[in-house]
Amino acid sequence: MATKLKDMLETDEILSSGHRMCAGCAAPVIVRLMGQALRGPTIVCEATGCLEVATTIYPYTAWKIPWIHVAFENASAVASGAFEAIEVMREKGRYKDEHVDVVAIGGDGGTFDIGFGSLSGALERDHDFVYMVYDNGAYQNTGIQRSGGTFPGQETTTSWAGSELPGKTQRKKPITEIVAAHKIPYAATVSPYYWRDFIKKFRKALEVDGPAFIHAISPCPRGWRSESSKSIELSKLAVETGMHPLYEIVNGEEYNLSTPSKRLKELKPIEEYMKPQGQFKHLFTDRWEDFREQIQEWVNEDWELLKKKCTEE
Amino acid sequence: MSKVTSAKRVPAEQITIEGLTGDAAIAHALKQCDLDVLAAYPITPQTIIVEDFQKFVANGEVDTRVIPVESEHSAMSACIGASAVGGRVGTATASAGLALMWEILYCAASMRMPIVLNVANRALSAPINIHNDWSDSYGARDSGFIQIYTQSCQEAYDTTIMAFKLAEDHDVLLPAMVCIDGFILSHNVERVEMLPTEAVHDFLGTREPVLPLNPDDPITMGPLALTDYYFEFKEQQDEAMKNVPKAFKKVEEEFEKMTGRSYGMYEEYKTEDAEIIILTHSTTGGTAKAVADTLREKGEKVGVLRLRMFRPFPTEEIREILAGAKAVAVFEKCRSFGAASNPLALEVRTALYDLDERPMVADFVVGLGGRDVPPTTIVDGIRKTEEYLEKGEAPLYETLGVRK
Repeated sequence: MATKLKDMLETDEILSSGHRMCAGCAAPVIVRLMGQALRGPTIVCEATGCLEVATTIYPYTAWKIPWIHVAFENASAVASGAFEAIEVMREKGRYKDEHVDVVAIGGDGGTFDIGFGSLSGALERDHDFVYMVYDNGAYQNTGIQRSGGTFPGQETTTSWAGSELPGKTQRKKPITEIVAAHKIPYAATVSPYYWRDFIKKFRKALEVDGPAFIHAISPCPRGWRSESSKSIELSKLAVETGMHPLYEIVNGEEYNLSTPSKRLKELKPIEEYMKPQGQFKHLFTDRWEDFREQIQEWVNEDWELLKKKCTEE
Repeated sequence: MSKVTSAKRVPAEQITIEGLTGDAAIAHALKQCDLDVLAAYPITPQTIIVEDFQKFVANGEVDTRVIPVESEHSAMSACIGASAVGGRVGTATASAGLALMWEILYCAASMRMPIVLNVANRALSAPINIHNDWSDSYGARDSGFIQIYTQSCQEAYDTTIMAFKLAEDHDVLLPAMVCIDGFILSHNVERVEMLPTEAVHDFLGTREPVLPLNPDDPITMGPLALTDYYFEFKEQQDEAMKNVPKAFKKVEEEFEKMTGRSYGMYEEYKTEDAEIIILTHSTTGGTAKAVADTLREKGEKVGVLRLRMFRPFPTEEIREILAGAKAVAVFEKCRSFGAASNPLALEVRTALYDLDERPMVADFVVGLGGRDVPPTTIVDGIRKTEEYLEKGEAPLYETLGVRK
């Protein structure tokens, strides 16, 4: 990589203080890390979600770079339009900047579920933009409802834990692999705890020619029923327990396990990630112990499969 | 402010005359408007517009990026992204496609994006039907789009060009819908006079965006506005809509200088002394005029008010024109289920309500799902209107040309 991490860290912040995100929310941290990775003029197209509503309450805005929101399910389509218009206007001599990076951001709901069609379309059309999902595992903005990104066993207001159900029973959509299957040049998972890995990957995503995808785990104290001071620690535990392993997929085929995940001799038990979160509390009762073990098996299987897919270096 | 151009009459030898379908005429207009981006999804009977346009792209005849999106929802979304950075942008759709765009129509209008949307009017499901009525664009009448309904391929061509100038006017900055009747016009070949491309370029100029998304001067677009500001946004949008007639007049005057053609917000046909005025739009307006001619020959005082602009609705003008008539026979291809009447008649009745002496309004729902509206159907409506005049009352609406 031509640019040094040291130089990237000197980049101006793109998000001001004074936004209205909850204390302990990882999303603004993720956006600021993204900001360190930017290489020049950038336009952000954002889906409806916590980050959108809490950073742009009119007449205020926390964004120091051009930013647009249109609706929940269309960040990728808006990015497609912006990208193509800039390209053609430059050709016609009506756009000054030699290059503008277009970044689309969505939460897990706006990416795994309702926004998936527009994301898939934009990837297929090969628009040169970066899509970043900040995945807090539920529709937190509308009050903690399950999404395609919700982990099994997670209790939400539409996947309650009770005597008959252990929270969400279904598995989480493997979004990064689904996205990579479009044969896009770059897809990667990141965690705000591993900030070096995060910034480097985001920069790489910007630098590839064509669409790229960044999947960030984003702790949500409100929805996760966790302490606001624990978010960055949980970002680390998500990786160490294999709930959110860090890897890259190049051109849809070449899997690389990233250093923080590669360094793990073995996964920590999922309990370490779940215990600090009230949303998994029921899994520690006798009633749902079996389900917790089932989740552990799924995580182990996925981890072994991922290691197998990853290229030996 | 609209950019004042010095439009000059285009000499006859520079006019290209071709037989074109309504869709093809629109595709040619879009080609000459020098779009930056066209994002669209195929839907019958709009498809030819985009197919023809893609042919222009394939042959290097336009400097436009076409985004072949995966849905109409994304079509309008991509148009907003492109318009936000300052591009001139268009799209086209119909029926279910327009319905899928619905959410984003409101965003385009409220975010003040001057996108031009060509609609080949088509019925909505179910049952699925590909033929013409106005249920689709009437459903979007409150979205904040300007709506113009055209009667001929020439008019569709001319109006599409004018729509960009109107939408991009700084006193307006609203998206505009230019409608043609699906199949009746979209697939019907007519003689179309086309302007030289340079003349269209001169007429439109380059879009001058007011507040584009630009890294040199960052702004936040499409924020969250709560109870303390949302209403003010809507107020400004309403103001913009009120500015449309004035801006439209200016655009048409310039277009007339160049072509000798202008259309107005509506067309008056033999209305001056008319006792019964037929009020309709699109191709039904053509049929209505033929009916009026025939009835006039028999000495019946029938006229036609062919509406072009439905949003904003030319309330004052229409009130004045209709005030002297005994009755207004509205013909519209849409049923507003559960409503007292139907979109066009509701609007007309509202416009007339404050008059001391109101003409009677008879509302006829015709042509749903492409059911033919022959002159005889219009005559049926006139005869019924005459009966109602005699009786002194008319039903709020009735259907014509349907098996009961």
